[in-house]
Amino acid sequence: MKKTKFYLFVLLLILLPKTSFGLIEVDITRGNLNPLPIAVSPLFVETKSVKDFQNLLKKDNIGEDISAVVENNLKSSGLFNPLKREAFLQKPDIAHLKPRFEDWSLIKAQALITGEVKYENEKLRVEFRLWDVLAGKEMMALAFTTVPDNWRRVGHIITDKVYQRLTGEKGYFDTRIIYVSEKGPKTNRVKKLAIMDQDGYNTKYLTLGNELVLTPRFNPTNQMVTYLSYFKNLPRVYLLDIETGVQEVVGDFPGMTFAPRFSPDGKKIIMSFAKDGNSDIYTMDLENRIVEKITNHPSIDTSPSFSPDGKYICFNSDRSGYQQIYVMKSDGTKVKRISFGKGLYGTPVWSPRGDLIAFTKLHKGKFYIGVMRVDGSGERLLTENYYQEAPSWSPNGRVLIFYRETKSDSEGKGFSAKLWSIDLTGYNERLVDTETDASDPSWSSLLSE
Amino acid sequence: MKLNKIFKNILLVVFAGLILSACATKKVTNQMQGDVYTGKDTVEYLASGVPDRVFFATNESVLTTASRETLRKQAAWLRKNSKINIVLEGHADERGTREYNLALGERRANAAKDYLMTYGISGNRISVISYGKERPVDSGSNPLAWSKNRRSVSVKAN
Repeated sequence: MKKTKFYLFVLLLILLPKTSFGLIEVDITRGNLNPLPIAVSPLFVETKSVKDFQNLLKKDNIGEDISAVVENNLKSSGLFNPLKREAFLQKPDIAHLKPRFEDWSLIKAQALITGEVKYENEKLRVEFRLWDVLAGKEMMALAFTTVPDNWRRVGHIITDKVYQRLTGEKGYFDTRIIYVSEKGPKTNRVKKLAIMDQDGYNTKYLTLGNELVLTPRFNPTNQMVTYLSYFKNLPRVYLLDIETGVQEVVGDFPGMTFAPRFSPDGKKIIMSFAKDGNSDIYTMDLENRIVEKITNHPSIDTSPSFSPDGKYICFNSDRSGYQQIYVMKSDGTKVKRISFGKGLYGTPVWSPRGDLIAFTKLHKGKFYIGVMRVDGSGERLLTENYYQEAPSWSPNGRVLIFYRETKSDSEGKGFSAKLWSIDLTGYNERLVDTETDASDPSWSSLLSE
Repeated sequence: MKLNKIFKNILLVVFAGLILSACATKKVTNQMQGDVYTGKDTVEYLASGVPDRVFFATNESVLTTASRETLRKQAAWLRKNSKINIVLEGHADERGTREYNLALGERRANAAKDYLMTYGISGNRISVISYGKERPVDSGSNPLAWSKNRRSVSVKAN
């Protein structure tokens, strides 16, 4: 699977930084009560390119727009506090050449991003620098080109580079979210697959709403998606190529298949198959189409998720009488219950870092999103609400996205379904903007890798 | 007329007493026994005297006495109307995770299917589909609404 359409054409060159070790560091392992004050100087648009961008993108100042994407990303991470542009003393072009650090420290900026955009050989070329204001040093400089239509992605890639330079961990901004868009009365919701950039822009609808669709999940290695569709009133797991729109049923099962996810190498789908009142977990190899039965138990076994090394599977089972979380080897042996707290546990998802499992918990009429270590120890509840479930990890394993529903009366008044995100620390809970009501989010891998 | 009404009330009291003594811990309201729906609000009829649906307790797929009675009526009706096939639609309430509820709806519909089969209805005439929590009949976020939504509904397929 090539990512041609979404891939940036050239990652051009790295301008050699004048100093290679920076001094500012952002600790992402705690709740951020003091987000780092950062100034994002609007990217300077090269004078003779201004007209080109006006014609091509209908934007008078594409530099300001790209910088706004960066600011919004940094702010939403909860780790940074982008300062107001009105307070900036230095002009963008001059700042990019040689910032006057006194001017930036005067407005309390500790880090500064500057840059320049131009239109060159029918491409958008951007060059940016990250500066440590207090040390008065350049921390990073980078340039790349892309098609002008990709200008929002330029902002996301800049954010990823800055985030990585300052936190030491990979970013998650040049990513997308696939989810279920919802409309209509609660008793007969119309649901469509939808995809958008991580920041809520560029929403596209992938199905028309003629049939019920649920639980889309990204392949971590390409632009394929697996989901549940009630096409022809036969609930089955489907595979969808979001670039070509081609879809197919996964396997040939004589009953409902559901709860699909990809293996970490993207080569298998793991899912549940329900027959005669019993749900077990199966895998299907997408290359040779071989189906394997992984669990064999007269209880409900569902919501399977692989560990990132592919050696283990966590899943949800009511074999103890109630929904609990179990871990087993990927061949189905060595099944071990790991959740022992009070309440019911569901939707376990293995962190891409491998060390944690995120879950939904129901206890005393409240729903929680939480994390525990893979042996079940160290349970930590991040958020409590009337109804919320189905966490999905950001590709760097720092943020969870999930959906939340509100109470309603018997006419359905008051009902809403929305996407929310929360930091692994339990801080920075945020509503994720969507055009319609939304549920079942799944976070993609980084697109530019 | 009046006597009749009094008689009815006495019967009701006796009946309620029986249930209470049988299951002292379970709350009985006029529409729920324990948390199983016993009302008629949402019930439709496949034929006169043949209710189309049965209700379940939270997280359960066990058929209650009332559910078994309903299913026996359905079985009798299906035996008489041997050309009719049915779809059993299994449902869950909104207080569970989506994927688990899909499995639970399937399990509930199959509990009804198994019972119909023990009363002589061929499995070939019954298909099963689970909607999980996707198609509630009552949108309310309260125990009574949830009890109406935990159901298996028999729908004519032809």
